[in-house]
Amino acid sequence: MTPLLSVSGLSKTFVLHLRGGARLPVVAGAGFELFPGECVALGGPSGAGKSSLLKMVYGNYRVDAGHIRVRDEDQIVDVASADPRRLIRLRAGTMGYVSQFLRVIPRVSALDVVAEPLVGDGIPREEATVRAGALLARLNLPERLWALPPATFSGGEQQRVNIARGLIAHRPLLLMDEPTASLDAANRAVVIGLIEEKKAAGVGILGIFHDAEVRDAVCDRVIDVTEFAAAA
Amino acid sequence: MSAAPTGAMPAITYNFAYLDEQTKRMIRRAILKAIAIPGYQVPFAAREMPMPYGWGTGGVQVTAAVLGPDDVLKVIDQGADDTTNAVAIRGFFEKTAGVATTTATREATIIQTRHRIPETALSEEQILVYQVPIPEPLRFLEPRETETRALHALAEYGLMHVKLYEDIARHGHIATTYAYPVEVAGRYVMDPSPIPKFDNPKMDDCPALQLFGAGREKRIYAIPPYTSVRSLDFDDHPFRVQRFDKPCALCGAEGVYLDEVILDDRGGRMFVCSDTDHCEGRQAEGHVGEMGVAGGSPSPRPSSPRGEGVAGGTPHLSPRGGGRPVGAGEGASGAEKLP
Amino acid sequence: MTDQPLLVAEGLSKNYGARIGCRDVCLAVHPGEVLAVVGESGSGKSTLLGLLSTELTPDAGRVSYRMRDGRLADLSTLGPAERRLLMRTDWGFVRQSPEAGLRMAVSAGGNVGERLMAVGWRHYGDIRAEALDWLARVEIAADRIDDDPRAFSGGMRQRLQIARNLVTRPRLVFMDEPTGGLDVSVQARLLDLVRSLVAELGLAVVIVTHDLAVARLLSHRMVVMRHGRVIETGLTDQVLDDPREAYTQLLVSSVLAA
Repeated sequence: MTPLLSVSGLSKTFVLHLRGGARLPVVAGAGFELFPGECVALGGPSGAGKSSLLKMVYGNYRVDAGHIRVRDEDQIVDVASADPRRLIRLRAGTMGYVSQFLRVIPRVSALDVVAEPLVGDGIPREEATVRAGALLARLNLPERLWALPPATFSGGEQQRVNIARGLIAHRPLLLMDEPTASLDAANRAVVIGLIEEKKAAGVGILGIFHDAEVRDAVCDRVIDVTEFAAAA
Repeated sequence: MSAAPTGAMPAITYNFAYLDEQTKRMIRRAILKAIAIPGYQVPFAAREMPMPYGWGTGGVQVTAAVLGPDDVLKVIDQGADDTTNAVAIRGFFEKTAGVATTTATREATIIQTRHRIPETALSEEQILVYQVPIPEPLRFLEPRETETRALHALAEYGLMHVKLYEDIARHGHIATTYAYPVEVAGRYVMDPSPIPKFDNPKMDDCPALQLFGAGREKRIYAIPPYTSVRSLDFDDHPFRVQRFDKPCALCGAEGVYLDEVILDDRGGRMFVCSDTDHCEGRQAEGHVGEMGVAGGSPSPRPSSPRGEGVAGGTPHLSPRGGGRPVGAGEGASGAEKLP
Repeated sequence: MTDQPLLVAEGLSKNYGARIGCRDVCLAVHPGEVLAVVGESGSGKSTLLGLLSTELTPDAGRVSYRMRDGRLADLSTLGPAERRLLMRTDWGFVRQSPEAGLRMAVSAGGNVGERLMAVGWRHYGDIRAEALDWLARVEIAADRIDDDPRAFSGGMRQRLQIARNLVTRPRLVFMDEPTGGLDVSVQARLLDLVRSLVAELGLAVVIVTHDLAVARLLSHRMVVMRHGRVIETGLTDQVLDDPREAYTQLLVSSVLAA
C-alpha cells in the first residue's frame, strides 16, 4: 500500500530578522509516513515543533530541505516544492485542515461557513446547507446561532463551527490541530465519533491531540517529534 | 487722400467679406476637410470678429469664406429675418461684401442661421451655415478634450446614450428638445447646434450643403449634401419630434415649428410660425390663421422673443422689455405635445 | 483555475526620472485567482497596477493578456481601440477614490448602464433592468437607482463602483486599495461582498493593498513589494504566517492584532 503522506529529510529553521537574524531551529531530518484509514498523533512536549510540522505539511510554513509527498488521486505532490497554485488545488480537494481557532469571516453566517467547503466541491447550496445544519446539530450548536456570524460565539462554539467546517467535506488527508481543546465531554465524544467515521471511510489523519482521552480513543500510533529535534 | 473734402473721413474699405484672403483660404481648407469627413470637428484658426462671441462669429467666418459676389445671402435667427442678430449680420455682409441679401428662403444661395432650419425645403444650390456655440456633443459628460477626441476617433459613443438614459430616468422620456445629438453618415456623432429637435429630420438626406462654425471653440464641421443624419435614441424610446396642438395663428400652417407669443398680461397668447419668411409667404398666398388678417398682405407680427444673441447659445432668451408684448421662451412648451 | 495564465508580466520596469517606480517585476495571474500586491506607500505597488492595466507604459518589459479567443496578446501591440474595448468589457478597475471611478453627476443607474451602452445596448428597459439587478447584488436599494452618487455614503459609492465594473462580466479586475478610507464596519461589508462576487463570478483579481488583513481575506497568492521590486511571493497564508524576508517580517509584525 502506498502511503497517503510521506515525509522525508524535512528541515526547518526560522530566521528572525527582527531579532538580529536569530535562528530558531524547528526540525531536522524529519521523516514518517501516514496510510489511509489511520490516525497518527504528533507527540512531544510544548515547543517540540508539533504545530510547525503540521503547518509545513499543509504548506502554511515553508521548509528548508526535504520532501512532503502527498498522494493526490493518481499524482504525488511534494508540498515542499509545489507551485502555490498546485498547493491550492491540493488543499481544495485532498488535504483538509482543522485549525485550533476559527478564522472569522465578517458577516458570513455559521451555517454558510460550514457549508462553504461543500459548495466549493460543486454541491448545490441548498443541499450543502442542509448537511451543514445536520452536522452543527450533531455538534450541539443551538440552531438559533446558525444564522449568525460566529465572531461573537464563545470559544467552544467557535471551535465546533470550525470542526464542522473541517470535517463536512470528504478529504482523503486530514490535518487536525487540537480539535477538542475547548470542548466539554459530551462534544468531545461527538468529535471522537466523527473522527472514527472518517477513519472508517479511509481518511488518513495526522493530528495534535493533547487530550489523552481523545488521543487514546482515536489514534493508532504516536510519532514523537522530539526525535526530529534539530541540534540547536 | 489729400483731395478729401474738409471734415469728412475717408470711406473705410474692407477686403471682400471682411476677412483677408489668406484667412479665407485657411477656413476653406478646414471646410473641405469637414466635408470630406462628415460630422468630424475640424479645428481652425478662428479670427477675432467685430462682434462678441455668441453672436455668430463662427458662422460669420464660414459664410465669409464661402461667399462670392454673386451670392444672395439670407440670415435668420430663431427662424426670423428681422431680429437684431440677423439684421446685424446681414448688414455686416452688405457693407463688407456688397452682396445681395434676401429674406426669402427660395431666393437665397447662402443662409446663415442661428437655432433653426427653414421650413421651406432646401435645394442643391444652397448652403446652410449654422452658428454653433458648443460643438462638442460629449462635453456634457466628459470635460477632457483629450478624452472626447479619443472617443470620437474610436467611435465610442456609449456616453452619448448615457445622457439620453439620464433624460429618461429623470423625466420619463428623452427631454432633450434642442441640440439633440445625431450620428452623421453612420460614423461621427455631432451636435447639430441648438436647433429644436423638430428640425433634426430636415438634416437627413438634405440636398443642400450644411456647414457648422464655432468661433469661440474654433471648430468647423459639415454635412455634405444627401448624407444620412440619424438622431440617437433607444429601441424602446425612439426619437420623436415635437408636435403642436394648433396650427400657426397667422398663416394656419401645420407641421411647422411654432413660437409662443404672449399678447398681454391677462394670459393671452398665440402660437405663430417661428420661420417668418415661411409664414409671410403663406399669408401672401392667402392662407389665414385664426388670428390672421385675410386680404393678401401679411399681418403685422407681434413682437416675438427672438434674436438677442445670448452668449452661450442657449435658446432661452430674456424677454424683451419696453412696454411691448413680452415673449415667452423658445420651445412653445404650452403647445407642445410630448411623446 | 486553469493552468493557462490570464495575465503575464515579464521584466516590468518603470522609472520616474531618477526615482524607481517598478523594477524587473515578473508575475502571472490565472483565471479565478486573486493576487494581492502588498507593500507600504511608495513601494511601487500602484505603479505596478498602472503598468499591468496599461494605464502606464513600461520603460522595459511587457504585459500579455489571454484574449477571449485564447491567444496570449502582448498588450503593447494592441491598438488603442482594442485596448479600450478590453478595458470596458473584459476588465474592471475599482479605484480607491470612487470619485475617480464613477461619474458623480450621473445617476447610479446611468453609472452601471454606461458599460452596457458602450458595448451597444440600445434598449432602455433592458439597461435599466440589468442596472437594477446589479444594484441589488451590491446591496443598493432599487429606489436609489435615479440618485447620483454624490448623495451616497462612501461605502455605497464603492459598491456602486463595483457594480459599474462587473456589469459586463469582466474576467479580470484591478483593485487599488478598494477599502481605503472607509470605516472598519463599512470595510467588512465591502470585503465580504467582493469575496462572494469574486467566488461566484470566478473573477481574476489583482488587488493592491497595504492592509494585510484585506490580503488574507481576499487573496490566494501574494506579492510583497519594496523599493519597486518584488521581494517575496507565495501563498497568502504562507507569506503572512511564515514570512522570510526581513521586510515582510517587519510588515507582518507591525499589524495590530484585532
